Amino acid sequence: MNHLPQAWGRPRDDVYGAYDNSHFQTAGPNQHTQSPIVTGTSVVAAKFKDGVVIASDNLASYGSLARFTDVKRLRKFNENVVVGFGGDVSDMQYLDRLLNSLDIRENYASADDPLNAKNLHTYLAKVMYKRRSDFNPLWNHLLIAGLDGEAKPFLASADLLGTTFSSPTLATGFGAHLAQPIMRRTIPDEASVEKVSKDEAVKLVKECMKVLFYRDARSMDKYSIAVITKEGVELSEDEKLENQSWAFAEQIRGYGTQTA
Amino acid sequence: MFRNNYDNDSVTFSPQGRIFQVEYAQEAVKQGSVVVGIVSKTHAVLAAIKRNAEELSSYQKKIIPIDSHFGVALAGLASDARVLSNFMKQQSLSSRLTYDRAIPLSDITSRIADRAQTNTQQYGRRPYGVGLLIAGVDAKGPHLFEFQPSGVTQEMVACGIGARSQMARTYLERHLDEFESSSREELIKHALRALKESLSQDKELTVDNTSVGIGGLDESFVLYEGQDLTEWLDATFENREGGGDEGGDAMETDS
Repeated sequence: MNHLPQAWGRPRDDVYGAYDNSHFQTAGPNQHTQSPIVTGTSVVAAKFKDGVVIASDNLASYGSLARFTDVKRLRKFNENVVVGFGGDVSDMQYLDRLLNSLDIRENYASADDPLNAKNLHTYLAKVMYKRRSDFNPLWNHLLIAGLDGEAKPFLASADLLGTTFSSPTLATGFGAHLAQPIMRRTIPDEASVEKVSKDEAVKLVKECMKVLFYRDARSMDKYSIAVITKEGVELSEDEKLENQSWAFAEQIRGYGTQTA
Repeated sequence: MFRNNYDNDSVTFSPQGRIFQVEYAQEAVKQGSVVVGIVSKTHAVLAAIKRNAEELSSYQKKIIPIDSHFGVALAGLASDARVLSNFMKQQSLSSRLTYDRAIPLSDITSRIADRAQTNTQQYGRRPYGVGLLIAGVDAKGPHLFEFQPSGVTQEMVACGIGARSQMARTYLERHLDEFESSSREELIKHALRALKESLSQDKELTVDNTSVGIGGLDESFVLYEGQDLTEWLDATFENREGGGDEGGDAMETDS
């Protein structure tokens, strides 16, 4: 019997012939995550005059398989901030634990001056950039939504490269292509944020979630939505898309079985 | 050589429950020249008497700006204050870099307090021989904290530490009610008068031996020394040059 641990659980050489170790690549560079495994798709968010709306569906896909249908990808950090996660779900869970420990540390230090959305965005951007600099990125695209130090609406993104970006409307993944143009029709610039009410912003984001469900094959009709204002965070994690209309599907040509 | 058997190190209690090394460290604070701090609703001010070792030497620095929103005043061993202030500078900078946030004053105070306390609980270490007043403004408004070598910290409305500081504290206690609503200028005057109180008869506040630091809402912590103080000193102690109306009136109640 071969007592070496590396032989355990492998087919026996004397029965099946020598095991082909060539694909193990014992030599060569150390490789970190090369691609995400279980993934969440778009996160969409928009500022309005008193706060920010953010939404993402509750699906975690394993490749094209809709593997987990109850994964909540919006995380409330405190009464001022919600973080939305696109990309790898295990890295999201790691960041979730990181934010938990940060929150506990902050509450021990000074409970009367909580971190605001801007603080948290700066922190998360540093974490993401640190990890990409270690050649071990956290495979996520984050949206940080909430209120800044002056209690004004704040919305910014940080991605797996540590790139940061801010805009009155933001969307990650597929949503960056599909939802962002729709939201820009209503909120083209910082000045127009003042003219948008909470109800309008919620309606707009819900509309985007519907368009994304129509066209993004890795999306789902169950989603979470959060509204952050001075009054705090309203987070709902079991919303369902309403008033779907698939009439447009008839018109689509070029996929499936039709010939014309 | 020793006062008793229990003062060799800072980890041993005396049977009366005292730690002599810590008490000796507190004596070092009392040897330092006086510093005072006051807060109002809008400002936090520090004022200090600087000493020079000899006529030909420069004056020892008493107020150290740490970050754009706060600074510290020290009484005691200046070298220990430098270690602590360097640490505070690092911590404030790191808060600004990682969170883009001006570090809360209660936070930075408890960080140096933790450091100082560790020194009183590990063999072979000694307590810091310095007391600090930490003053400035954070997200929650103006603050003043007192730090002692024992690791004790307290938030104060007004405070004085250092040699003969009891006189300054008496002044501060007498005018306690006026501080909250004081303007920037009034607060500086109060601080300078409190300083003056603890000065011995033959000494005066001059542009050379006085140091003032001010932080306020929407205003960075600034250190004022030398000629910048002329106007305040003249306005506060007007009777020095033969008296005036507004300042002279106030002086009567003070002296």
